[in-house]
Amino acid sequence: MFPTPIAKTAPWVQRTYKWLLPIALILWLLPLIGIAVTSIRPSSDLAAGNYFGWPSGFNFIENYSAVFENSNIGWYILNSFKVTIPTVIGAVGLSCLTGYALAVYKFRSNLLVFFMFVAGNFVPFQILAIPVRDLTLNLGMYNTTMGLVMFHVAFQTGFCTLFMRNFIKGLPFALIESARVEGVSEWKIFWHIVMPLMRPAIAALAVLIFTFIWNDYFWATVMAQSSDVRPVTAGMNELKGQWKVAWELIAAASIIAALPPVAMFFLMQKHFIAGLTLGATKG
Amino acid sequence: MTNTLPKTASRRWNQRDYAPWLFLAPGMLMFMLYVIFPIFQSIWISFFEWDGLGPKTWVGVQNYVDLMDDDSFYTSLTNNIIWLVLYLLAIPAGLAVALFLNQTVTGIRLYKSLFFFPFVISQVVVGLIFSWFYAPDFGFLPKVIGFFTGTEVAILADDRFATYGVIAAGLWPQIAYCMILYLTGLNNINPEQVEAARMDHAKGWSMLWHIIIPQLRPATFIAMVVTVIGALRSFDLVSIMTVGGPYGSTRVLSYFMYEQALSEYGVAMGYGAAIAVVLFAIMLVFITIFIVRMLQQERNA
Repeated sequence: MFPTPIAKTAPWVQRTYKWLLPIALILWLLPLIGIAVTSIRPSSDLAAGNYFGWPSGFNFIENYSAVFENSNIGWYILNSFKVTIPTVIGAVGLSCLTGYALAVYKFRSNLLVFFMFVAGNFVPFQILAIPVRDLTLNLGMYNTTMGLVMFHVAFQTGFCTLFMRNFIKGLPFALIESARVEGVSEWKIFWHIVMPLMRPAIAALAVLIFTFIWNDYFWATVMAQSSDVRPVTAGMNELKGQWKVAWELIAAASIIAALPPVAMFFLMQKHFIAGLTLGATKG
Repeated sequence: MTNTLPKTASRRWNQRDYAPWLFLAPGMLMFMLYVIFPIFQSIWISFFEWDGLGPKTWVGVQNYVDLMDDDSFYTSLTNNIIWLVLYLLAIPAGLAVALFLNQTVTGIRLYKSLFFFPFVISQVVVGLIFSWFYAPDFGFLPKVIGFFTGTEVAILADDRFATYGVIAAGLWPQIAYCMILYLTGLNNINPEQVEAARMDHAKGWSMLWHIIIPQLRPATFIAMVVTVIGALRSFDLVSIMTVGGPYGSTRVLSYFMYEQALSEYGVAMGYGAAIAVVLFAIMLVFITIFIVRMLQQERNA
């Protein structure tokens, strides 16, 4: 193990490490702690210049309910769910199929198709924006959640295919071979033999895609104009303009907007990290 | 194996010929429609003058010629380079944090998750948090700077510092990302090699440099990919924190393109497309390097 396990070091090193750990964490999360404390300050604190001191009162309920009363944030959150959940289902579903095709079958253009997905996944959004917006307009889906979902599903399929293909490659191929010898049809092999083994990959991708799409800002700005389809990221930007110096409200709204992916991360931590670090160990 | 049932076998072979394409069809269709074709469409649009609604007028390479004379373009390009160079610091910084946290003391798992926290929050929220952190009059950082130098600086309103302020905000989640990649990498290091090196009295820096970092190569490669792509894609933070200002000094190509073609007042589709093509060309260099590397790994596997 590297570095040397702390238990094997001199006592003073152990003691220093014990103290250093929480101090480093507090410094690292200082901006976040600041915003969390601000979100429960009474507005009188900010008016009086008490930005860093102990809050003069705990206005948790007042501030957070003010956010919901004075803004459409409830709508925005709902819109975010309406975009995120179908995208997760769509992208993960499609990539189970594409990933399987690229991992199991040998055909001439296999690597070409695979690297098309990988390369497409890296392009800047701006080169897609004008044609995608036109396409969405022509399909009659501009300024709808469906329009956003369609694009996100298509784009995320790139990353998901990379992930699924590599995951399925790691499965024992003998399973598929022996099923083929038995005369099981290709679709049934996929559905009854491979799919049940893909559960961890599906879970990992689902939490990752949930976070990516929830946090998307660019497409939310470009493809959603009205507030009844606007996801929370784009909505936050609007609120920031509206509230200007009411930092206690902006802070509370930020915390609300960040909560769903944070909850997702803490609930599904193992899968989340497994998904994110795919490939960080081998290759 | 197949010689006992030649007829079935040949039918199976057929099925195996077209099955992959059936599996691929829905995903590929979507990806072609929304990702691959639009790239070529954008390149095509960049040769026109177009307001997005009316007819297109062919102008050849005029949009690119105009770009060469546009100061905003050079500002954006320079900023993209600054972003790229400074963003790469996330890799050694992430490794440092990972080494710091790679211990087995009580509660370390929670520490690791909390250090990773900034990556989970959206860049919009990160941008708001840092705007607050930098805010003149009351922000924490100006106070600290004021304490040491006597003058408080409004970081995001000062065109000398604004870009660096935005990049610092971006580094926060990016370091967390690199850290998690390295933690996973460190977890999979061959303990025998490390012990053998210890026997040979390797420790500290020489151990890190000669034994650990070579074994972390896969993690470094991925950290490289996500950091370069992240730096060149930077848009959210610029849009949230500075809106490209002050005086357009924090523009990057992605944001410049948005201003020209996508924002409320942006109607220069051809010009915007040309900017996007330049950004795409820059990224294509890196994408090619990454793909070649991945292809080599694929061949070796």
